[in-house]
Parts: sequence; structure tokens; C-alpha cells
Amino acid sequence: MLDVLIIGGGNAALCAALMAREAGASVLVLEAAPKLWRGGNSAHTRNLRCMHDAPQDVLTDAYSEEEFWQDLLKVTGGQTNEAMARLAIRASGHCRDWMRKHGVHFQPSLSGTLHLSRTNAFFMGGGKALMNAYYRSAEKLGVQIRYQSAVDHLEIENGQFVAAHIGTERITAKACVVASGGFESNREWLREAWGQNELGEWPADNFAIRGTRFNMGVLLKDLIAQGADTLGDPTQSHMVAIDARSPLYDGGICTRVDCVSLGVVVNKNAQRFYDEGEDFWPKRYAIWGRLVAQQPSQLAHSIIDAKAIGRFMPPVFAGEKADSLPELAQKLGLNVAVFMQTMNDYNAACRVGTFDHAVLDDCHTEGIQPVKTHWARPIDTAPFYGYTLKPGITFTYLGMKVGESTAVRFGGVESTNLFVAGEMMAGNVLGKGYTAGVGMTIGTAFGRLAGVNAAYYASKSGINNEVSAQ
Amino acid sequence: MKQLEALAREASALAQGELPSSSMPFAAFPLTANEQEVARQLQICNACRYCEGFCAVFPAMTRRLAFGKADIHYLANLCHNCGACYHACQYAPPHEFAVNVPQSMAQVRGQTYADYAWPSALGGLYKRNGLTVALALAGGLALFLVLAVMMQGSLLHAPLAGNFYAIFPHNLLVAMFLPIFSFVVLALSIGVRQFWINVTTQDATGQVSSAAATEATVDILRLKYLGGGHGEGCNNEDDAWTLWRKRFHHATFYGFMLCFAATSVATLYHYLFKWQAPYPLGFTLTSLPVLLGTVGGIGLLIGPAGLLWLNLRRDPNTGDTSQNSMDRGFIALLFLTSLTGLALLVWRDSAAMALLLALHLGVVMALFVTLPYGKFAHGMFRSAALLKWAIEKRQPNRLQMGAD
Repeated sequence: MLDVLIIGGGNAALCAALMAREAGASVLVLEAAPKLWRGGNSAHTRNLRCMHDAPQDVLTDAYSEEEFWQDLLKVTGGQTNEAMARLAIRASGHCRDWMRKHGVHFQPSLSGTLHLSRTNAFFMGGGKALMNAYYRSAEKLGVQIRYQSAVDHLEIENGQFVAAHIGTERITAKACVVASGGFESNREWLREAWGQNELGEWPADNFAIRGTRFNMGVLLKDLIAQGADTLGDPTQSHMVAIDARSPLYDGGICTRVDCVSLGVVVNKNAQRFYDEGEDFWPKRYAIWGRLVAQQPSQLAHSIIDAKAIGRFMPPVFAGEKADSLPELAQKLGLNVAVFMQTMNDYNAACRVGTFDHAVLDDCHTEGIQPVKTHWARPIDTAPFYGYTLKPGITFTYLGMKVGESTAVRFGGVESTNLFVAGEMMAGNVLGKGYTAGVGMTIGTAFGRLAGVNAAYYASKSGINNEVSAQ
Repeated sequence: MKQLEALAREASALAQGELPSSSMPFAAFPLTANEQEVARQLQICNACRYCEGFCAVFPAMTRRLAFGKADIHYLANLCHNCGACYHACQYAPPHEFAVNVPQSMAQVRGQTYADYAWPSALGGLYKRNGLTVALALAGGLALFLVLAVMMQGSLLHAPLAGNFYAIFPHNLLVAMFLPIFSFVVLALSIGVRQFWINVTTQDATGQVSSAAATEATVDILRLKYLGGGHGEGCNNEDDAWTLWRKRFHHATFYGFMLCFAATSVATLYHYLFKWQAPYPLGFTLTSLPVLLGTVGGIGLLIGPAGLLWLNLRRDPNTGDTSQNSMDRGFIALLFLTSLTGLALLVWRDSAAMALLLALHLGVVMALFVTLPYGKFAHGMFRSAALLKWAIEKRQPNRLQMGAD
């Protein structure tokens, strides 16, 4: 009988598979996607947040366990589990040698990401290159991999994993790691979770999915139905404002529009609705998805002028370009009079001091609502550009409540042979919010741990073809 | 009206794929379909940048916000076609963004070889490179075989102790090869010079410092960018890395250079010291041409054979398959040059020397005649692009993004 069955094909799943195989277990990976789309959301990632005490190959300075923990505490507002968080943080300090052993290469922080050079180790070529390396290494070690194998049901008896079902096929194993992601690709579920707004719209219908189309949450739903302990709220998700022309799935990082803090953002009624200069963009980009989702038709327009060009990461789609603001309003389909009122009010309210995008500068507005607290300069220099934004979901927070063993719990009792990793349990550490690279930190740490635990259980249970009933 | 005529002329010149005339700035010329595709893809890449560590193309890209003709010609030739970014790409097909940088760069590269060919009418030879090489080889072989028969009456003869000047007098060979060699140097120089002017004028990167020149030379001689950025090599048939392409290319390049050195040393011996061929085997000073030619010849057998093997196994998605015949034709000519040269060395004391000599010279002539209109040109344009990169990276970046 197979020792360890891994359900899922992203970072956490492959980390589990590799560790289980290294521990001597026979391992089968079931990836829902075809080979060309393998890797789930991990294929869109770019780095791993790592603690380190001294400069390393691609990491500058030092990033202590305590500082990492404080950062996590801040972004989650306390919705975290300290023991598990510290476990993941410590693991990030020494997992990179293991990653290198399996063919992963690192590169210095990318141009335009200097703020991450101390905290985040970037994968050379990004997450798809990382996944390619893991799959290649897994195959070499004798891990079996099946693509287009979406498990639809877990057969569980008294909290013990028995088999995974793919349609009529039944796959038994001594132990199982489920790492098949959240439910962000499931548009029906998102629609249900977000409901209807006061305008009678279904906001989730206008969301793009930034990552894979294969995270349908089938096993989340299945485990919930079978009484597994959960945590998190299905309406919570990591959401970014992205270009409205982005593809429905897999738009990834390049669809981000990074000029919000350099200009103003108006909704379809040509009104501003939030302080665009509240904080540095890397600290604020993740709130703008939700802000846009709360606007009518779930869209907004980021407006900049020529002064902003060259100061932000170039966007994937060219913006609407106009020689005057009224012309821009027309091109964006906005009411010209209202738009001009908004822009004139904003321009008149700007108190320009010394503009510096690298610090929280003193350029701000006075006398308008909402205020713009930093980088406020009149939008007055042609050509003008407008980027239409919509919400893009990165991942959902709903998952399994687990402890350090990552074993699935039923009524507070841990299963001995069913484990979860990755997005399906990230909420234990990251109850809300986000900070760059932490998803990979969690996925790597608990993926590896789940793999070891599954292999350990399988080795203890011997060659008996029956799952031991305990 | 005159202006209109000039515009019409330029448009028709453009339609025929000719180089821009001096009356119009290069950057102002519209992009070809292949160039537009590179520009489209690079706008996606520039918003992602995950591949920065692989090679020089992506760091060079991040210094730009838009991609005009000059940028595209430069970046296309800076690309070594290693394939790493294709396998790493989250936007590669079947993604609807359909990003495939190695392929789109290869297509533009092929176009630039023809664009910069001199005389420009011969740029078309790139597009029919299989035919070009076949005719050159047939012509070269026929020429020397006929010549040998005419001068000796037969291809077989009493052994001549390796004295091939007894078959073809030295001055005759010089009279035949010197003009061809000079033409090759001239044609390639004019083409690369035009390329250099086009890609360096708008951003003033034409000034070469010794540091930049040194770095570019080292990058060329070490084939740095076939290392994949991590030193484990480039991709061939799949996402696995291999150093064999780099190794076989080294064998080919250094083999070629050693063979070239053998000929150069022999020329010096001939004119300076009046030491005439044939040169003896062994390890004396006079045997240096033979030694260099033998070692180089072996490299030039192994290298092209290996490159052909890799080429046949290459993932067709990571290149422009329409250039396969050009690549393989050049590889075959290099291999045959070495094979016939070594055969000549081995059997130079036999009755077949004239035949072997005619075969070798025929192949060498075909190789040289096609140098400015075949795969050989890639080395020239890529070297120029690497030099520009070495200059450019030393200049401050004009963009201010990401300071936060």
C-alpha cells in the first residue's frame, strides 16, 4: 500500500512530497491541473520571507526572528498563533539549503523591490521555476506524479484518512497530506460569500482571480462537511486592485497598478473615496482591492499626470492617455463636469512641500475629504493617464484549524494520518492581512512538516494493508 | 510634394525590408510584426521581472519603459536563446499572454541579420540559407576539384610528401582566398557598424570605456549568459539545465580560433621566415601550425557534432524553427571543414592528397563565402550587444521607480 498520498501540486504539496520521500516513504502526488498549469498559486510567487542573523547570498543585513514575528503580529492585528508563527519563522532561517538541494536558485531582490532586499529571498525565475525544480527533483527521487487528478472526496473513518476519491477511482494510502489550496477560483462560492450589495450588485462577479483556476475549494468543502475544525471567515480574502483588463485567471503579479500613491483614484461617479497617500504603496496595495470592491460596479480609475511617469513599476497594459483632464474623463467614460470638480478641488487643496516618494513626505491636502496625506501634488501636467481598476483575489483565508503537527482536527481531536499544509491552513498563522513572501514561508515550513509527519505515521503503521484503527 | 515623395520612397523601402535611409531617424521607423511582438511581450515582462537573474536582457529591459526599434534590435541580439525564461514564465502559452521571449527574440534576430547584411540585396540569403550553403558548397567543391584535375591531370598522383603547393601554388591560393577573406571582413564590419549606430545613437552608449570593453570580452569568451545566471547552464529539451551547450560552443569557438591561428602562423612562417609548408608533425617550432590545426580541428569536430545533437533535441518552442536550416547548415560546414582538414593531415603523404586538398579547400571556401550571410553573424551582433550592455549598465538608471 502507498505510504503517503499528497493531494495538491503547489509549493506546500511538493515540500511535503519531497520530505516524505526523503524519509523513505513511497509517495504519490495528485495534482488537479494539467502539467502545463501545475503548481497552483505558487507558480505566481516570487520570494520567501526569511529570518537571518547576518547578510546571506541574496539577503542584506539581518532580519531577526523577533522582528519577523513583530511584523507578522502587526499585519495580522494579532490574529495569529505565536507558537506556530515562530515555528514557521525559525524554519525560514534554515530551509533554503534544503531548497537549493532540490534545485531551487535564488537571485537578489528585483529592480523596484529594494524594500524587500533585507527580508525576502527571491527565486530565480520566480515561483514557476521553483516548482519546476521541485517537480524535477521529486521525479528523480521516485515520487509518482499524476496530473489532471482532481480529488473530489476524502474517505475518512473516525477521523482517520482511508482513501481519496477521483470520481469512481479510490486511492488508498497509509497517510495523506492535503495541500490543495483555498477556494479563490470558485466563483460560485465567492458570490455566495460576498452576497449582494446595497445597489443590488453581486460584487464577486466582477472580481478577477490573480492565481490559478484550479483552487476550487472542493476538499475544503468536503472536510467542512465531514466535521473538520475550521478557522477563518469565507468573506475574507487577500485582494489587490488590478488593471480592469486583466484576465479572469492567472493574471499574476504583472496586472498590479502601482501608481495609486502618485495620483488620485476616483470611482465610476468620478468621486475620490480614500486617502491615496496614506502610507508607502507596498504597505497599502493590499487594502485597495477591498476598497475598489466596495465601489459601485467594483471599479475605479487611478489618475496620474506626466510627473509620475518613470516613478512606478511599468504597468502591463498601457493606460488611457489624454492631453487634458476633460479628454481623459471622456476616454474613461466619466462625467466630465463631476470629474473636473473633483480634480479642481483636489488640485486646489494640495499643499506641496518637498516631494519625495521615498519617504512619507510633506506634500498633503487641506480642506477636502478624503484627504491625501502624502505625495499630494496637483495633477496638472499633460499628458494625463488613467488606469481602470478592479479587484483581484489572491487567496482566501478560510481553512482548517490545526496545531503544530498540522493534523486535521475533528471536534478538537487530531487525526493521526491526515494532515494539511499551505493555503488550507495558512490562516492559523496569517489570520488576516499579508506581508510579502509570508505565504511561501508558511507553505514551505508546514508543507515539510506535514510530509515528515505523514511519512513517520506510515512507517510506524508497518506493511499492514489496513489502516490501523486507533 | 517633395516631402511626400520622400515619405513614399521610405515607405516602399521599408516594405522591402531595407534599412532606414539617413534622412529619417532610425527610432522613427515603424516596427515590423516580429518587433511589435517583442515590444508587446517586453511590456508584460517589465511589469513582472521575475527573470532578472537569468541573463542581461531583463536587467537591460528594466532600464526602459517603452521598446522602440533600436531597443528591440539590441535586446534581441543580447538574448542568447538559453530558454530559461520560457520555462520559468508564468505567462508562457497556454496562458493568454502567450509570452515566449526566446522565440520572439529569435525571430527578430533572424530579421536583423538580414536587415544589416551588406550589400543589402544579399540579406535575402539569410532567408534561403539552406540553398545558399548548398550552392556555396557545390561551387567550392567543383571549383577545386576541376582546378586540381586541370593542373595535375588527375586527382590521384604519386605521393608528394605533403607538399600541397605542388598541387595548388601558394600564390594561387592567396589570390583566391585573400579577396574573399577581405570581403567577409568588410561586409561584416559594415553590417555591425550600422547595427552599432542604430542601437547606440538615441541613448548615447557609443562611448566605449576599457572597463566595459574588458567585461564584454570576458562575457563573450566565457559565454557567461549560457550559464543560466546560476552557472548550471541553459535549457535544451525541457526545464532541466545543461552545461553541454556551453561546452560544445566553447569547443567549436576555440577550435575555430585555433584553426584560424594555425593558418595565421603558417602565413607568418611563409612570409617572415620563408618556412614553407608542409610543416612537420611533432613538437618543434616549425610544427606549430600542424599542432594548432590538429587540436583546433578536433575541437571543431566535437563542438559542431555536439551542437547539432543538442539542436536536434531542442524544444522547438524555445527558438525560431525556421532558422534551423541556417543553424544546422553552418554547423555542418564547420564540421566538414575540420573533417576534411584532419583527413588531409592524416593522408597528406598518400596518393589521394590532391583529392583531399581539393575537398578541404572547397569546403573552406564555401564556409568563408557564406560567413557574412549565415549563422556566423550571430557572434558579431551578439558581441556588439554585449558591449552595449557593459557600457549601459555603468550609466545611472534614469528611472526612479521602487525607491520606496
